[in-house]
Amino acid sequence: MTQPPKHDPDYNYGYLDEATKRMLRRSLLKAIAIPGYQVPFASREMPLARGWGTGGIQITAAIIGPDDTLKAIDQGADDTTNAVSIRRFFARVTGVATTEETTKASLIQTRHRIPEEPLRDGQILVYQVPLPEPLRKLIPSESETRKIHAWAEYGPIYVRLYEDIAQYGEVTSTYSHPILVNDRYIASPTPIPKFDNPKMHMSPALQLFGAGREKRLYAIPPYTKVKSLDFEDYPFTLQRWDEPCALCGSTTSYLDEVIINDANERMFVCSDTHYCETRRGEGHEGPQLTKAQSVHLTGSAP
Amino acid sequence: MYLAVKGGEAAIAATHQLLAETRRGDLTVPEVTVAQIKEQMALLVARVMNEGALYDEDLAALALKQAQGDVIEAAFLLRAYRTTLPRLGSSEPLDTTVMAIRRRISATFKDLPGGQVLGSTYDYTHRLFDFALTGSDNETEAVAAPEALDDVMPRVLDILGDEGLIEREAPLGRDATPEDITRDATTFPAGRAARLQSLSRGDEGFLLGLAYSVQRGYGHNHPFAGEIRVGEIRVCLTPEELGFDIDIGDITITECQMITQFTGSKEVPPQFTRGYGLVFGHNERKAMSMAVVDRALKGTELGETPTYPAQQQEFVLYHCDNVEAAGFLEHLKLPHYVDFQGELELVRRMRTEQSASTKVETP
Repeated sequence: MTQPPKHDPDYNYGYLDEATKRMLRRSLLKAIAIPGYQVPFASREMPLARGWGTGGIQITAAIIGPDDTLKAIDQGADDTTNAVSIRRFFARVTGVATTEETTKASLIQTRHRIPEEPLRDGQILVYQVPLPEPLRKLIPSESETRKIHAWAEYGPIYVRLYEDIAQYGEVTSTYSHPILVNDRYIASPTPIPKFDNPKMHMSPALQLFGAGREKRLYAIPPYTKVKSLDFEDYPFTLQRWDEPCALCGSTTSYLDEVIINDANERMFVCSDTHYCETRRGEGHEGPQLTKAQSVHLTGSAP
Repeated sequence: MYLAVKGGEAAIAATHQLLAETRRGDLTVPEVTVAQIKEQMALLVARVMNEGALYDEDLAALALKQAQGDVIEAAFLLRAYRTTLPRLGSSEPLDTTVMAIRRRISATFKDLPGGQVLGSTYDYTHRLFDFALTGSDNETEAVAAPEALDDVMPRVLDILGDEGLIEREAPLGRDATPEDITRDATTFPAGRAARLQSLSRGDEGFLLGLAYSVQRGYGHNHPFAGEIRVGEIRVCLTPEELGFDIDIGDITITECQMITQFTGSKEVPPQFTRGYGLVFGHNERKAMSMAVVDRALKGTELGETPTYPAQQQEFVLYHCDNVEAAGFLEHLKLPHYVDFQGELELVRRMRTEQSASTKVETP
């Protein structure tokens, strides 16, 4: 854990002005009160680009305080450039402590993954959301999709799943697999792999979702029912890998494929870098750890 | 090597340094100053102020320097800065009849009260290189007109309005506050104020393309440039606690009013309809595009069925913001290996299952 200096005095705490933070908090309260419902909010421009996490950044900016410890991950990794950029942004405008340790973080901003380490009471997971509308690919019009949510007329999305089965013999979504929140609203789990969907169900952590460009917030309060859409005879299934993580040997984590040389040789490694490092620290060893060290795959972030 | 994406802190710091070096370019060439950009690239500065949604010539010029002349990047810098500014209040409506005119033309009347004022324009220049500009001693003094312009210049469309030939601008009720797209997420159908605000900060190229599509037949609307005026106008603010207005400065604006024919309906006799464009700085192409698209978006209110892209509110308003569009498009540069892994696994498995079941040779 690092302790950066206090926040940059050229900016208000958390970058946004207090009135904007209040607007965001009010919208978040509404979102928490109606789990899975997309609340329109007056999304502000942030100094990071649209599509690079401005929705999540605004949520974090609105709720972060001096006692928080922030973790930022992108694709499960703490050391990818965008995660580093977001963590540095908050270190600069809030001065809060940052960490890579999932258990030590009070606030985790994420893009595309839920950490492997189970979350606990009191933690907040903030998702960066590119397209909050789970029906958008079926119905381009926002006026139409809002009506569909209001009436809970979710036929079209089930038809889409059915068509997948009719055509391919299975549901072909691998990420952004739609979820039904609290038996009422269908929501987008953001492009997390469907592997992570079950972690949302009855999670002790508060899950907040921010779509900056699309100007929508939504939330899943702690201990809320979250069901991945499926059919009785075609139940929701998860991705599996034939081999364990090459570095830490985990057989239960989400694996990324890494091409390690020009001969097209590849290995599968945990996408959650902190989880993988922790396991290695505990003495777990994957089948290709030595080889991975030779191609700089195990170098941890400074 | 792709693994370099996991470079982390050190790589980011190094790339910022490299960027600074690249921005400066050849050190034997003098560094361009912000004042030079502001004074000599005024049309570019205006575009950045529009798309950045902030009137500040100095900051727009700085943004252009910082962004190496990348317009969208510069507009983004202004937008990000704009977020940090507190909102003090709303200005009084601008009365463009009393603006200090630099240029004012009408394509619908040969002459009109106040006259045609050609002003400074590229319209009638021949697009031939002026190689004298490769040198640095370019000083020209313009000739002053023998007499001053009228203080008040009536708007062409008001003249038509007096005859009832053109639709009235639907006035907001006395207490009605216009929508504000920077304070509320736009909802659909969007009101005219929200539409005009979005268009005003929208991407010039996108609006130009849409306006052009309307002209070419994707929108059935042949516009006339009723009037285009460019000049300086005073912005006033009335603080609630004072009760009188305060002049907070002059801004340069371009206003365009387009006239479009409308055949009428059972209830409404035939008349002309309006399209309105208003942008910061001197930018006629943007103001004209905005006015054509504004008219196209009014279709539903006039009983027209929105058929073409330029007539569809959600299509136009969601996609005209270049800062949002560029951010989302360029986020594709961020790693997507988690999602892609899911797709890889699926495609591989489906191919295996398919070849096992059909024994079809795969290419």
